[in-house]
Amino acid sequence: MTTEVFEGKLTTRSHMRKFGLLLTGPGMLWLLVFLLLPTIFLLVMAFAERGSYGTINWTFSFDNVKKLLGFSSFGWAADNLVILWRSFKIAVVTTLLCLAIGLPMAFWIGAHSKKVSTLLLALVMVPSCTNLVIRTYAWMILLGTQMPPTWLARTLGFIGEAESLYPGTFAVYIGMVSCMLPFAVLPLYTSVERLDWGIVEASRDLYAGPIRTFYHGILSQMMPGIVASVVLTLVPTLGMYVVSDLLGGAKFILIGNLIQQQFFGTALDWPFGAMLGIVLIISSVLSLVVFQKTGGKSFV
Amino acid sequence: MSNRRLPFSARIIAYIGLLLLYVPLAMVLIQSFNANKHGQTWGGFTFDWYLKLFDNAMVQTATVNTVILAVVSTLISTILGTLLAIGIHRTPWGKKMQNFFDMSINIPVVTPDILMAIALVSVFALFRSFTPIFDPGMLTLIIAHVTFEISFVVLVVQSRLVSIGKDQIEAARDLYASTAGAWFRVILPQLSTAIIAGALLAFTLSLDDFIISFFVSGPKSTTLPLYIYGSLKRGISPQIHALSTLIFSITLFVMLIVSLKGSFKRKKRHKKSI
Repeated sequence: MTTEVFEGKLTTRSHMRKFGLLLTGPGMLWLLVFLLLPTIFLLVMAFAERGSYGTINWTFSFDNVKKLLGFSSFGWAADNLVILWRSFKIAVVTTLLCLAIGLPMAFWIGAHSKKVSTLLLALVMVPSCTNLVIRTYAWMILLGTQMPPTWLARTLGFIGEAESLYPGTFAVYIGMVSCMLPFAVLPLYTSVERLDWGIVEASRDLYAGPIRTFYHGILSQMMPGIVASVVLTLVPTLGMYVVSDLLGGAKFILIGNLIQQQFFGTALDWPFGAMLGIVLIISSVLSLVVFQKTGGKSFV
Repeated sequence: MSNRRLPFSARIIAYIGLLLLYVPLAMVLIQSFNANKHGQTWGGFTFDWYLKLFDNAMVQTATVNTVILAVVSTLISTILGTLLAIGIHRTPWGKKMQNFFDMSINIPVVTPDILMAIALVSVFALFRSFTPIFDPGMLTLIIAHVTFEISFVVLVVQSRLVSIGKDQIEAARDLYASTAGAWFRVILPQLSTAIIAGALLAFTLSLDDFIISFFVSGPKSTTLPLYIYGSLKRGISPQIHALSTLIFSITLFVMLIVSLKGSFKRKKRHKKSI
């Protein structure tokens, strides 16, 4: 056993690791029992069947995959695929909107002195700590029939005279963006802070126009931050359920709402709910892999 | 970076972003003082909704539940998370172990809430077939909240550990401190603000969690966010505006303390170094 110096003390690597296991043990055990185990259980349940009255039949089957793709005993229907497609579409558009608003916000925060920018960042992050239900509910009132945004949209002819902005797709987008924006801004700001402006100056000195400078000098440096911001927005939006439930109206169903219906609603089909959960797991893992492949380590 | 470099259009978009974040909060705040019950027009200034709120027995029970849940889950997750962060940071793990820890900490952060909710609700149902203590209620709520809070505590504490670095502990050792002495008298005092910040973050996360609580709570363990959601589904009472305003004022206050305390400490250290 070779001895080495750790923290100024002569000791062995294995001794340090033993003590490390002691420190990390309780926390990792907790995550193992209440995070890993439940996830594995969910994976297993996804391949079970729904028994009568919503019980679970523990027989292995691919029925839930078929159901997800729209096949049932009544033949093929596009319902579930439409919901999946709608969820992905909303998640992608929300992410792009968050990037489009988040990038200027990150630069704006970074444009101030260190002290002010810390305060501004806090200003952006604080709403994300307030209750999601409350914020969503505020949009319900704001986008309602007799509020300024609705009559503005009516006068401009975006919507018909009898319609209002809530409930509907527009309301869902507003709700999603305002709820995800802080998580998009945080990693973007971190990379704005680390920007090497020397490269930008060099690019200008070499007669690059503003667009080429922005693209090659700034955006390429910010790639890790952009990927982190996409991951932090995309996956949670995909699983979002409160916003679409409150702002979308009765017919506006996303994966999250469909899952909720399987667990508590009239459908009561836990195995199918678990299969839908797997769709979310796959997307989270995929985005984490992309994140780590592009060199990201931590999100903040 | 100077302000000059920022194009005008970027500033406008940044302001729109801020509006998106703060207009809803302002809206609820205004409505909580609006005497007009239906809220479409201004009916005069009133404190009635706040007064009625304090007489509401359901709100009182929900408040008690929320506070118990937040305090207990914060305590557990702060202890577990701090130990975890220190253990990950100071131990010479191999690259594979390090990656494993990074994954374990990051996954709960990016996992959609609803996924964690259904996984927990399913596994609680499994545990329930062995023992009835996993019936939906306060215990399941506490377990669920600790599970999503741990990672955030770890991330906050870990980033402070990284910024403290290894020099100080080596210096302390050179000055004949024992390893334990160096940790308790040099590192932990500096770490304490990060631990408090992590705990406050965990506390607000617990206070405002809706989705996970919605799945794992029982009929007797209604929390405030669940109560608000329930009232929205039943039809809105202006008391909800007052309640919401109170909740986000508390959150705002806590977060303000966290960020001010951080900058205050930095200032003090800065002064000392001069």
